[in-house]
Amino acid sequence: MKREVPLIITAIFGCFMVIDFFVPHPLVSSIGETLQQWAIIVVAFAYVLGVANIARISGQKISRRSRDWFYQFPLLAGLVFMLTVGVVWGVGERTLFNDFYLYAYSPMQGTMFSLLAFFIASAAFRAFRLRSFEAALLAIAAIIVMLGRVPVGTLMWDKLPVVSDWIMNVPQMAAKRAIMIGAALGAISTGLKIILGIERNYLGGE
Amino acid sequence: MERFDRRYIFLVIFLIVLFPLLMPLGLPIRVSKEVSGAYEAIDKIPPGSKIYFACDYDPGSMPELHPMTMAILYHLFSHDVKVVGACLWPGGPPLLEDAFNKVAVQKFGKKYGVDFVNLGYKEGREVVMVSLGRDIPATFPADFYGTPVGQLPVMRGVRSLNDLDMIVNISAGYPGTKEWVQQVQSRYHITLAAGCTAVSAPEYYPYYQSGQLVGLLGGLAGAAEYEKLVGVPGTATRGMDAQSLGHLAIIVFIVLGNVMYLYLKKTGRLTRR
Amino acid sequence: MLPLPVLTTMAAVLTIAVFTFLYKDNPFYKFAEHVFVGIAAGYVVAIEYQNVFLPNLWRPLTAGQYVLIIPFILGVLMFSRFTNRFNWLSRWAIGLMVGTFSGLAIIGFAQGDLVAQIQANMLPLHAHSLIDTFSNCIIVLGLLVSLVYFFFSKEHKGVLGASARLGIWFLMVSFGASYGFTVMARISLLVGRLLFLLMDWPASFGIQFVH
Repeated sequence: MKREVPLIITAIFGCFMVIDFFVPHPLVSSIGETLQQWAIIVVAFAYVLGVANIARISGQKISRRSRDWFYQFPLLAGLVFMLTVGVVWGVGERTLFNDFYLYAYSPMQGTMFSLLAFFIASAAFRAFRLRSFEAALLAIAAIIVMLGRVPVGTLMWDKLPVVSDWIMNVPQMAAKRAIMIGAALGAISTGLKIILGIERNYLGGE
Repeated sequence: MERFDRRYIFLVIFLIVLFPLLMPLGLPIRVSKEVSGAYEAIDKIPPGSKIYFACDYDPGSMPELHPMTMAILYHLFSHDVKVVGACLWPGGPPLLEDAFNKVAVQKFGKKYGVDFVNLGYKEGREVVMVSLGRDIPATFPADFYGTPVGQLPVMRGVRSLNDLDMIVNISAGYPGTKEWVQQVQSRYHITLAAGCTAVSAPEYYPYYQSGQLVGLLGGLAGAAEYEKLVGVPGTATRGMDAQSLGHLAIIVFIVLGNVMYLYLKKTGRLTRR
Repeated sequence: MLPLPVLTTMAAVLTIAVFTFLYKDNPFYKFAEHVFVGIAAGYVVAIEYQNVFLPNLWRPLTAGQYVLIIPFILGVLMFSRFTNRFNWLSRWAIGLMVGTFSGLAIIGFAQGDLVAQIQANMLPLHAHSLIDTFSNCIIVLGLLVSLVYFFFSKEHKGVLGASARLGIWFLMVSFGASYGFTVMARISLLVGRLLFLLMDWPASFGIQFVH
């Protein structure tokens, strides 16, 4: 029950996703569609589980008085607030939910990501070392692409964007295609191993 | 060099990006063939047609991708194309709503439910994509606001993605352009154009070369190029001067860092950790 | 709905609070960080409830599609992870998700990446123009040598070693291009936040700070 049932469920759902592609029969399509609708629902529960886990850990930090425990109060308050206004009054425009999305969630997430501009600048100065021919090749490609994609590059040399486009569409593209083909082979073999029950790590211990 | 206070670098990059925003330089923007590919494909869509607009991003990449969404929607609505929009990122629907309000409603006076619809968010990533290729109303029984899709005039005659003329995907990562190519374009053979963050753009060049994507907009530069093509300069165009100086600053940092490294190495003052 | 100047000021204060991290980790940043996690978590659950749970599960279930009780139960079983005795029950739902995504991945990667990309690389080595001929040759060569680099079943010596080394060069150019694009992305995000502080925030008070 503990290992066999999930392995059977994995095999059934995995096989149907594959069969559904190769067998265009209405019966297969109908079953495939039903299973996909079920998957949409179950994955949504997984998200809720993740949030419940955040709340649980946050509660534990408060009860154990862990380091910075008092910051868990604004976390929990934000969670309860958004959840309540979203569930009770809806999520559309001109709602409190939308206001807090646009003027709290959105600016904070945007700003957190924008911090990376500063860190990439710092890393460029402190860590980007041209110690070998390969590193020099990387740096030259990076510099040409960086300049070729912005207006200042055109001002410096009008052929720079052409060189940058060539790098992107020829050697860069060829290497990315190789990575893509390698990753595809890996993903296909891993997928097959999971469906056939050879790879079981996702089930955890016991 | 490791002991160098990086806050000086932070200050320099902050000022360099800030300066052109206060005093725009108005540097010329050149359009790449990947962006014009997307423009031409959208330009060919006959008026009255319907397209699927996959808005797969959230505020984390909004500065890069929202201008793309606005510019492409401007192009679509100026051609009287109807837009069925939906998101596979939970943070997407309010951004799509914002873009529809600013472009469809305020600029073109289009009506919700008649000329465009925001189907909202659906969990399930690739599963949703495949499912849309078969049955859109089963996957999205209601729009973002809870209205059943059967009550929306724009959804009349739309059973699956095959009933739409094209898919435009604006993507911040997973799920996004890669999955739309893998699960929808190659399965249902629907024309697909994509706009994505600059981080993921290089990864999608093989899809553009293979013809799986008819066009590709990469990052703020891609958005600025599209704004130039539709003739409506927006925040992307405004940001390109800052982008230019920012890139120059990074290049100077790389060069300066290496010069200092060589100097310290030569004089034997390099500290190793 | 709150007045716009209040909302934009709240957004500006939170933006500046996050930026203070650049000086050093401090209580303002920590407060903003925790509020963000809370709001983001609450947002996700509310949107899952309104956009997935109600239209795809609850309304059809209560309208007579009783078969949906199966994914409902499987979804609820996921919460058994919080118990020590019954946590194995959550594996049923995990099995469903892993199976579905594995099946779709096999098809997607095979059809969309593997076949299509190999097909797309079948380029004419003698094209209309000299530059196209050269570019096509580089693409074909680049793919082959880059793939050789990933081939670990044989020691990289002789011709194989030379090809693998050439493959590394192609990969380095590709990583360099990716780095260049990453820089572009990061700067764009900063531009976005500064535009908010310089334009949108003052504009909500009727002030046009930047033209």
